[in-house]
Amino acid sequence: MEHHHTNDEKINYGQLIINGIFKENTIFRLVISLCPAIAVTSNVRNGFLLGVAVVFVQVMVNSTVSLLRNFIHPRIRIPIFMLVISGWVTVVDMLMAAFARGAYKEIGLYIQIIVAFASILARAEVFASKNRIIPSFFDGLGSSLGFLVALVTISFFRELLGKGSLCGISILDAKPMLIMILPAGGFLVTGLLMGFFNWIDMRFYGGKGAGGAG
Amino acid sequence: MAMTKREQDLLISVSPHIRTDETIGRIMWTVSLSLLPAFMMGVYFFGPRAVYITALCIAASMFSEWMVQKMTNKDIALRDGSAFLTGLLLGMNMPATAPFYIPLVSSFMAVAITKQLFGGLGFNIFNPALLGRAFALITWPRAMTTWMEPSAALTGIDVKTTATPLGVLKEEGMEKLLAEFGDKMNLYSELLIGHRAGSLGETSVIALLIGGLFLIYKRYISWHIPLSYLVTVGVLAWIFGGKEGLFTGDPIVHLLSGGLILGAFFMATDYVTCPSIRKGQIVFGIGCGFLTILIRLKAGYPEGVMFAVLLMNCFSPLIDRSMKSKVFGAKKEVKA
Repeated sequence: MEHHHTNDEKINYGQLIINGIFKENTIFRLVISLCPAIAVTSNVRNGFLLGVAVVFVQVMVNSTVSLLRNFIHPRIRIPIFMLVISGWVTVVDMLMAAFARGAYKEIGLYIQIIVAFASILARAEVFASKNRIIPSFFDGLGSSLGFLVALVTISFFRELLGKGSLCGISILDAKPMLIMILPAGGFLVTGLLMGFFNWIDMRFYGGKGAGGAG
Repeated sequence: MAMTKREQDLLISVSPHIRTDETIGRIMWTVSLSLLPAFMMGVYFFGPRAVYITALCIAASMFSEWMVQKMTNKDIALRDGSAFLTGLLLGMNMPATAPFYIPLVSSFMAVAITKQLFGGLGFNIFNPALLGRAFALITWPRAMTTWMEPSAALTGIDVKTTATPLGVLKEEGMEKLLAEFGDKMNLYSELLIGHRAGSLGETSVIALLIGGLFLIYKRYISWHIPLSYLVTVGVLAWIFGGKEGLFTGDPIVHLLSGGLILGAFFMATDYVTCPSIRKGQIVFGIGCGFLTILIRLKAGYPEGVMFAVLLMNCFSPLIDRSMKSKVFGAKKEVKA
C-alpha cells in the first residue's frame, strides 16, 4: 500500500475547535445537516441530546477513519466511510435505547438518521482520511461541537419564545409565540442566527459574510 | 460658458425626456391619504384602541426601517412613506382588541424581515403588511381572532367580543347571520357601512371604496386587479357558496364582508408584489379570488384574503414572465 496520507503542518488543536464552532459552523456557515436543526429543536433537551449523540459519532468516526486511512482503497472510500458511520450510529442508537428510554422515544428516529448527516461524512472525507488520529479527533470534536452549539442555540430561542420555558421548566410568563415551535419558526430562527454568524465571520475573520462559507 | 440658441437646439440627452413630479413618496403618501376614510370609520366604531394600535404599528414599522437601514449603512429612506404605509395597513388589519406586543413584533416582521432583509423597497417577494399579519395570526391565533363588537366603543361599556360575519357564516350558516342582523337588507347595509366585527380598518366598505376609487381615478392603481378579484369572488361565491346546491350562494355577503375590499384595492395592487403586465394582473386577480373562495368555503379559516394574496405574490414573477408581450417585428424563438 502506498497511500500514506499525512499533513505534516503544525496544527493548533484549540484553533480547530474554535473554527468548528464559528468559522466553519456546520449549520450556520456551511449550511449542511439542516433537517435535524429544524426538526428536533423545538425544545432544548432534545436539541442537546441529539447534539451530544452527534459529537460522539463524529469523534469516533473521525478517529476510526483516521486509523484506517492507509488501509482504505481510495476508489471505495465513501462506502467504507458509510459503514464506519453506520456502525457508530448503531452503537449510539442501542446505548440510548438501553439507558435513555424517554429521550429515545422522542428523538430515536433522528438518532438513526445521523447516518445520513452530510456533516459527518464531510469531515471524514476532507479531514480524517488525510490526517493523523489526534488532529482528526480534535477536528471531529470541533465540528460536532459547532453542531451542538447550533442546535442548543436554535432550540434555546425556539423553546423560550414558543413555550416560555427552558428544558421544560416554565420561566417566562408571557403569551407564547406559537409559530416558534412550528417548523416555520425553526427556519426563521435558523435564518436570523445564520445572519449573526455571518456577521461574526465578517467582523472577526475578515470574511465576506453570506456565501463566504466553504 | 453660455450656449447660444442654436447650440441649445442641438443638445442631445439620454431619456427620459419628459419628467413628472410623481415620486415614490408622493404615491405612498397619497395611498395613505386614501386609507384615511376607512381608518376614521374604524376609529368611529372601535374607539381609541384603533388609534392606539395603528399608531403602534406605524411607529414600530418606521423604527424597524430606520434600524435596518442604519445597520446596513443604507440611506435612511423614511420620507418615502413606504414604512408608514406598511404600518398603517398592518394596523388596519389588526383586531381592535390586540395586546400591545402584537403590533410591535409583527411590524418588525413586516418591515425588517419581509422587506429590508430581501433588499428593501422593490425587492420584497411578499406584501410586507400582509406577511406581518400572517405571522401574527399564526403566532397568536387566539388574540388575532378575538373580535370586538363595533358599537361597544360608543356606549362605553366593557369590550364585548363577538364573531365576524364570515365566522358566523362558516360556523353556523346563513340563518344565524340573518337572525343577528334582522333581515337581508339590514345585513347588506350594515356590512356596507361597516357596523360589524372585524379588523379595525376592513369593516367599512363604503369608506374603502371611496379610497380605492380615488386611487383608480388618480391612476395610481389600475382597475384590472380589483375588478377581476371581486368578480371572481362574486361568481364563485354565487356558484359554490350555497348550502342547497349550485348557484344558491349569496355573492353580496361574500363581497362585502371580510377583508376583501381592503385586500382587493390596497393589498393585491401593491406595485412590488403584483404583476406589472395588464393581462397578468387579471390572471393575478382571478387567482386571488379563486384562492379566497377556496379558503373561505373549504379551509379551516373563515377568511382567506390574506393567504390568497400572499400565495399569489409568489406567482407574480412567473405570471410576468409568461405573459411578456411580443416585441414588435420579432420572430418567435424556435426551440432547437
